[in-house]
Amino acid sequence: MMSMPRLTTLAAALAFSSLACAQGQPPLKVGLMLPYTGTYAALGNMIENGFKLYVHEQGGKLAGREIQYFKVDDESDPSKATDNVNKLIKRDNVDVLVGTVHSGVALAMAKAARESNTLLIVPNAGADAITGAMCAPNIFRTSFSNWQPGYAMGVVAAQKGHKRAMTITWNYAAGNETVKGFTEGFEKGGGKVIKDLTLPFPNVEFQALLTEIAAQKPDAVYAFFAGGGAVKFVKDYDAAGLRKTIPLYGPGFLTDGTLEAQGTSAQGLLTTLHYADNLETPRNESFRKNFALNYKANADVYAVQGYDAAQLLGAGLTAVKGDFKQRDQMLYAMGKTVIGSPRGKFAMSAAHNPVQDIYLREAKGVNNEYRSVAVKQLADPAKGCKMSQ
Amino acid sequence: MDLATFLVQCLNAVQYGLLLFLVASGLTLIFGIMGVINLAHGSFYMVGAYLAFAIAPLFGQNFLLMLVVGVLLAAAFGYALEWAFYSYLYQREHLQQVLMTYALILVFEELRSLLVGNDVHGVAAPQWLAGSIELGALMSYPVYRLFASAACIVVALALYYVVNRTRLGMMIRAGASNRDMVRGLGIDIRRLYRIVFAAGVALAALAGMIAAPMSSVYPGMGNHVLIICFVVVVIGGIGSITGALIASLLVGAVDTFGKVFFAELSGIGVYVLMAIILVWRPEGLMKRSY
Repeated sequence: MMSMPRLTTLAAALAFSSLACAQGQPPLKVGLMLPYTGTYAALGNMIENGFKLYVHEQGGKLAGREIQYFKVDDESDPSKATDNVNKLIKRDNVDVLVGTVHSGVALAMAKAARESNTLLIVPNAGADAITGAMCAPNIFRTSFSNWQPGYAMGVVAAQKGHKRAMTITWNYAAGNETVKGFTEGFEKGGGKVIKDLTLPFPNVEFQALLTEIAAQKPDAVYAFFAGGGAVKFVKDYDAAGLRKTIPLYGPGFLTDGTLEAQGTSAQGLLTTLHYADNLETPRNESFRKNFALNYKANADVYAVQGYDAAQLLGAGLTAVKGDFKQRDQMLYAMGKTVIGSPRGKFAMSAAHNPVQDIYLREAKGVNNEYRSVAVKQLADPAKGCKMSQ
Repeated sequence: MDLATFLVQCLNAVQYGLLLFLVASGLTLIFGIMGVINLAHGSFYMVGAYLAFAIAPLFGQNFLLMLVVGVLLAAAFGYALEWAFYSYLYQREHLQQVLMTYALILVFEELRSLLVGNDVHGVAAPQWLAGSIELGALMSYPVYRLFASAACIVVALALYYVVNRTRLGMMIRAGASNRDMVRGLGIDIRRLYRIVFAAGVALAALAGMIAAPMSSVYPGMGNHVLIICFVVVVIGGIGSITGALIASLLVGAVDTFGKVFFAELSGIGVYVLMAIILVWRPEGLMKRSY
């Protein structure tokens, strides 16, 4: 006969296991490593809100799993990136890493994710290497590669009949990668880039280079700057009288979130990106409405990228019914899923970068309005990626 | 490069140099004459730019009046700041000065973030300066840039006059070389320093206000300017207004032509210049003559 204590233990164990069954598994730990201070703070908040909006829409759970958030402010500082990412990986033992905006920080995160084999979803940073030389089965990106908008703009500029173009950007990874993309697209279309102008990041004294552009008289100029630099460049370009004679093109970052400050100088500028402010699809409109209701702010491309990071994670978890331990199946499902993004549907490339439509947009008022699809279903070439799927 | 392009590039160089001078002159006053390493100088530049953004709508086309009001506000701000913080720094080591002025950078950035937010803003130039003039067939040059250069020249002349030709300037120079002796002669040195500091802040803020319509107003703008200002001050000779002017023009030229001819290396051009000049003249171009 079973003694009383043994019986109670058994009963308790039974009770506990049934309880655990009812509740499902413990919460999934999601580590958000985003900039919450500094120049990119607004972008970090948008990404977090986008991510949480999708989880909220699913009733606060992904595939039946509660989500527990851990947050680290990466300050957009690459020198602190390894320490910061290890706080999430080693101290908090997160299951999934989500981050970040700054490419230098994201590269450090990708390195740490490869070493610790932690699942990483990059919701913004465009450095080509993340889904190029650094690619891995556990690293995904829901935004873009720097190459993508550049290439699309090169194609558009060539279609417009431009033959000789000049490029101008800050001499750092993002600038050089987007210029490479432009050159590839433009020269494939029969154009020729006659000169690449660069200046050190974050120098904003453009006058000398504008004079150089005026002297060379190209048919078109492709420029990549962001934030304050983008505002100043577009205004200076206009003030130098160049807008009237030489069309200016750029990736979306040249006019995203800066149109108010750029004023009339930016009106009518054509840029390429994977999102536009007025995509009139039901998916986008319901997303924007929901976002506005929840956060009392207008969604932007960063919110979309955060939202899609949550969708991607949700798709993987759903495929394994929330069982995070079936990792290989989950990663496989994430790579094969098609995301119904507010930007339009996109699939993942073999290197885990979105294969997406790149839109041509025109600056009107404070919006970058959709004009046409510059390149349909554009896939990053993933140079240097040695992952076979 | 043909002659027309070359001349426009020279204009660019002078124009950039003059704007640098405007910011750096305030730094050389504070650093050279009062002996305080003021890392927060870039923040004063930023304060000026944000001030222009904030008060420009109140003044409409009355741009010059706005500059005057802005300068007065900045000077009052500098006066109060000296009283509250900087007056305790004169007898301290450089490390403590660096610590406190660095802390001020963080405070100003955070205040800016709380008050105005992290967005990038533009300031419109007034109508009467908004046009541009044609420079041959090459390109047009914004009138506002020429106005900015003219304003910088006016400030440079005024500064030179005040420091070298007036009684106040004499007291400032005397205070820089021997603080105790000046006090012994019955001059209120504390008040004098307070005025110099207020003037330094006002100069940086004026530079920020003048630069605002040309560039834009954005977080962290002060830090970009700070480093190049220290380069100017060190090349020119610490405390020398004339030296700062020459150094600014040199830096403007090296930066402008460096970008055109040696794009890949343009980031280091001004630092190479600084290294060469310091080897040749360890105290800078114009050693303080008083």
